[in-house]
Amino acid sequence: MLFTSYEFIAFLLVMFLLYYLVPKKFQWMLLLVGSYVFYAWAGIHFLAYILATTVTTWLAARQITRLQEQQSAWLKAHKAELSREERKAYKAAGKKKTRRFFLACLLLNLGILAVIKYTDFFISNINGIFGTDLAFMRFALPMGISFYTFQSMGYLIDVYRGKYPAQDSLGKFALFVSFFPQVVQGPISRYDDLAQTLYEEHPYDHRNISFGIQRICWGFFKKMVIADRLLVAVNELIQNPAEYTGAYVLVAMFLYAIELYGDFTGGIDITIGIAQVFGIKLVENFERPFFSKNTAEYWRRWHITMGTWFKDYIFYPISVCQPMLKLSKVSREKLGQALGKRIPVYLSTSIVWFVTGLWHGASWNFIVWGMLNCLVLIVSQEFEPFYAWFHRKFPKVGRTFWYRLFQVARTFCLMSAIRILDCYRDVPLTFHQVGTIFTQGNWGIFTDGSLLNLGLAAADWVVIGLGVAVMLCVSLAGRSGSVREKLAAKPLVLRYALYWVLLVSILVFGAYGIGYDASQFIYNQF
Amino acid sequence: MEALLDILKELHPEVDFETCDTLIDDKILDSFDIISIITSINSEYDVAIPAEEIIPENFNSAEALYDLIERLQDED
Repeated sequence: MLFTSYEFIAFLLVMFLLYYLVPKKFQWMLLLVGSYVFYAWAGIHFLAYILATTVTTWLAARQITRLQEQQSAWLKAHKAELSREERKAYKAAGKKKTRRFFLACLLLNLGILAVIKYTDFFISNINGIFGTDLAFMRFALPMGISFYTFQSMGYLIDVYRGKYPAQDSLGKFALFVSFFPQVVQGPISRYDDLAQTLYEEHPYDHRNISFGIQRICWGFFKKMVIADRLLVAVNELIQNPAEYTGAYVLVAMFLYAIELYGDFTGGIDITIGIAQVFGIKLVENFERPFFSKNTAEYWRRWHITMGTWFKDYIFYPISVCQPMLKLSKVSREKLGQALGKRIPVYLSTSIVWFVTGLWHGASWNFIVWGMLNCLVLIVSQEFEPFYAWFHRKFPKVGRTFWYRLFQVARTFCLMSAIRILDCYRDVPLTFHQVGTIFTQGNWGIFTDGSLLNLGLAAADWVVIGLGVAVMLCVSLAGRSGSVREKLAAKPLVLRYALYWVLLVSILVFGAYGIGYDASQFIYNQF
Repeated sequence: MEALLDILKELHPEVDFETCDTLIDDKILDSFDIISIITSINSEYDVAIPAEEIIPENFNSAEALYDLIERLQDED
């Protein structure tokens, strides 16, 4: 059931009516039933996967909390009679007991994800290296498996670390894992951010619902008017690589950047808007990423919940684990302070970006994509002293609008260039295509009307141009506060005229309209 | 505390670590800085800061960080 399908709109309307009709204490249960209906719609057999993750994580986390509570009660009762060493030994033994449940659950769930998502990738590499002909398993990928697995494992790690106690109710925990607006493509929520807003009672709040609907419509606009229209041209350029080389590859890079932005941020707008209609506040996943001045900042503003997940649960634990601290000590002694302290940071960064690439998809394209991002981050880090020198030497330049614009354009171009790895069939083809930008010299395509032969008519390009301009204006307006709040302060006539224009734009200019099923949200596949 | 201030100043000489208490909130320290600080603290104080302690409250000021080091030393 795609967000842009008639079934989904009907499902949403039914859920909305029931949600505000049932007694408030049953609201979360209704959301749970709705989430499972939504999930079963994709294939009833997929329920087995999400149920397995839900039940095992719930059981393990409860057991961990139970052990932690027993241990802390015992320590409190026997504090006076224990020496410091004995307390330490008891704590260590207690940690060992909880670790067993933690690791078993973690490995089981990451194992399910790995087998389902990466077995065929592994087989294809084995076949490639050893010339064998092992058959592919072709597992069907359960909807949102990467998202709900990461969300559940984040919860498990937090409970294990003692950040909060486990959720006692299986039903409530099942809703946290499967909440239907976000199960498809995130955001990857943290339990301590989401739990309260998800389970508490929500009275009918006209303003909240109105703001939610506005956000949903804005998401539909970005997805259907801009991204789905651009998809036609991007597909034409990508699926015929021999025909479209040189400057066309540059066009593909920038069009895909805008398409992915419209598609993914539009999908997240719909997700957050739906949650808001139910009175639930989801965490933001984007913060105007294309205005970032460098790559590190871009990754703090694009797919924020994924970035912070990798940072908190992979990057930091790897960076501060005992072997890494030992490596740091040794490298400082052998290589000197300056170089020695970089080694653990860069090694952890490389591991995280390798995993981030792999998380995005089981192919070398994504692994290379991850490693290129890592390379850019490390090179930027190494250039820091140069930038610092430059800003000391020319303090005024760094503060000008034009310098900031240069930084933003540089980051946008760099990220667009790396992102093209999402598109082409394989890594060698991608590098070949990018190489032709510098050798082909077919710059005439920008003026001779060739771009009108990419499957889109001139009117489509006008719609895209206007749509992107509107998106840019909304982003700029959003820098100084909520656009919907600002709109709410405008006169009634102007406000409703704008709502009407937005709605009509979606209905008239939405590529192929609601119910057209051809384009999945790009991030659904991750 | 002096040794900790030296570690911090080496990373960001332009910051007044004795007064600043928004090192994370104002994005003065990034994740690279945090790891550098943790590895330096490990060398200097022989204290291992675990991942679950990497939260803004512990890294927003030099004082908070020093409190964390003392607490972890005390637990050892």
